[in-house]
Amino acid sequence: MALYDKTAHELHELLTAKKISATELTADVFARVDEVEDKIGAYLTITRDKATADAKLVDDKIARGEEIAPLEGIPCAVKDNICTKGIRTTCASKILENFIPPYDATAYKKLSAQNPILIGKTNLDEFAMGGSTENSAFHVTRNPHNLERVPGGSSGGSAAAVAGGEAIFSLGSDTGGSIRQPASFCGVVGFKPTYGRVSRYGLVAFASSLDQIGSFTRDVTDCALVLNAICGQDDMDSTSTAAQVPDFTKALVADVKGLKIGLPKEYFVKGIDAEVETAIHNVAKKFESLGAEIVDVSLPHTEYAISTYYLIAPAEAATNLERYDGVSYGARVDGADVVEMMTNTRTEKFGAEVKRRIMIGNYALSAGYYDAYYLKALKVRTLIQKDFTDAFKNLDLILTPTTPNAAFKLGEMTSDPLTMYLQDICTVPVNIAGLPGVSIPCGFTNDKLPLGFQLIGKALDEATILRAAFAYESNL
Amino acid sequence: MKISEQDIKTVASLSRLRIREEEAQDVIFQLNKILTYVENLQALDTTNIEPTTYALPMQNVFRADEVKPSIDRELALSNAPLKEDGYFKVPRVLEV
Repeated sequence: MALYDKTAHELHELLTAKKISATELTADVFARVDEVEDKIGAYLTITRDKATADAKLVDDKIARGEEIAPLEGIPCAVKDNICTKGIRTTCASKILENFIPPYDATAYKKLSAQNPILIGKTNLDEFAMGGSTENSAFHVTRNPHNLERVPGGSSGGSAAAVAGGEAIFSLGSDTGGSIRQPASFCGVVGFKPTYGRVSRYGLVAFASSLDQIGSFTRDVTDCALVLNAICGQDDMDSTSTAAQVPDFTKALVADVKGLKIGLPKEYFVKGIDAEVETAIHNVAKKFESLGAEIVDVSLPHTEYAISTYYLIAPAEAATNLERYDGVSYGARVDGADVVEMMTNTRTEKFGAEVKRRIMIGNYALSAGYYDAYYLKALKVRTLIQKDFTDAFKNLDLILTPTTPNAAFKLGEMTSDPLTMYLQDICTVPVNIAGLPGVSIPCGFTNDKLPLGFQLIGKALDEATILRAAFAYESNL
Repeated sequence: MKISEQDIKTVASLSRLRIREEEAQDVIFQLNKILTYVENLQALDTTNIEPTTYALPMQNVFRADEVKPSIDRELALSNAPLKEDGYFKVPRVLEV
């Protein structure tokens, strides 16, 4: 097995045993990037010089006999909506095409404390708005399992980089499924922690009450290692939680005996692919055979989740994206006066989907429509959250498909935004309720496309998700 | 039809966006499709239901009122499309 295909924890052992060097590992990943990046297109910026220099520093440290952190010297990738000081951060938008952040996002700063090797910044749907990475203003990303298919989105580049051997792990962000859906499409582990677990400082804001940074990894052990690195309260984000962060590797116990796992019937209705349904029922049987109890559960307001999400998220986005006005940073297109300059800038530099969401958001927030749209959505949000609170009174975890189908073809959904939105049915309720969720690979379709299942946990109970996911993975 | 051509013009103006003549019909069509879909919320009775803005309990976060170093002015201006004498420069705002 090539180095670029291994997990972070395997590579850590090879590094500490001096069987490989960080320089050698980094060169191996770059050789893979050179081989496949033309076809996959996972990256928007590649940081080869920095990576080479950083790998050397790790090797010097190992040579001095110093202990290295679990992710030290491990090649990684970061979604291009997470600010990296001095490294271009574009959000896959023309409006930020030349933006060089003057500071690091807290999650990246915390990760950097372990000295992983940054390979580059990954592609996404512009401002994380989309589910296929086709909304990038620069180029599409293709699914490493099938180049005719999308990698999912919005963190499609981060998922494809890990699946394609172009990074060992990566960071993404998840507002309505943007980590879990691409993880499912690309056959990797994608974790969205509880809202507030990871600081959003330096994550370019899309929908502030829903956005959360998380990880893409090749297995559950690596997932725990990345979560250990990035979670924790931050003075720079007042919505980050003060709750204590456990050592997530302690949760890696392959034992689900006594766990109660709910299967919500609302996630198995019309539109779901038969192969997906079969796969999820097989996962349920596997958990049952390992000693978990599978129970039927109802989350009755699931059918309202898409509407709720596609009012709240655009409303927050419309507000957050007001800052792109051509004044303090980002692109500017000149105009006769300030208003014309701002209008020209936004009209020329935002893509169609971003404009669509800004307009839906401003419409839903405008006088005369606020109560009917935005306020109504906030009230339904309460009901959706209550569904989960009620269900979790008697459950430890909820098991669902991550997506209603495997990766679709490039161009298949681009002409109809609403159809694309409906893809998010299994993932958006989790963001609406602020809960942690993971997508774990569970086999392939007949067409050899990866499938994933989703585990949803109680707020701040990432550990139980990791335990069950680890048990599943250990018993394949 | 939930949203008219006039509505689109108003929303675009609020959003500091301009809809080109040739794209107006498609924009209206897509927005109406989405707004028609989200109508399903109206079927739910939400009387006496409190709105939720954040899923987790949130409260004001206070800190000591201490002076701390902040971002350097040059660095803060480093991404400005146009600057002069340490300020962001924009086209004229007021008529003279």
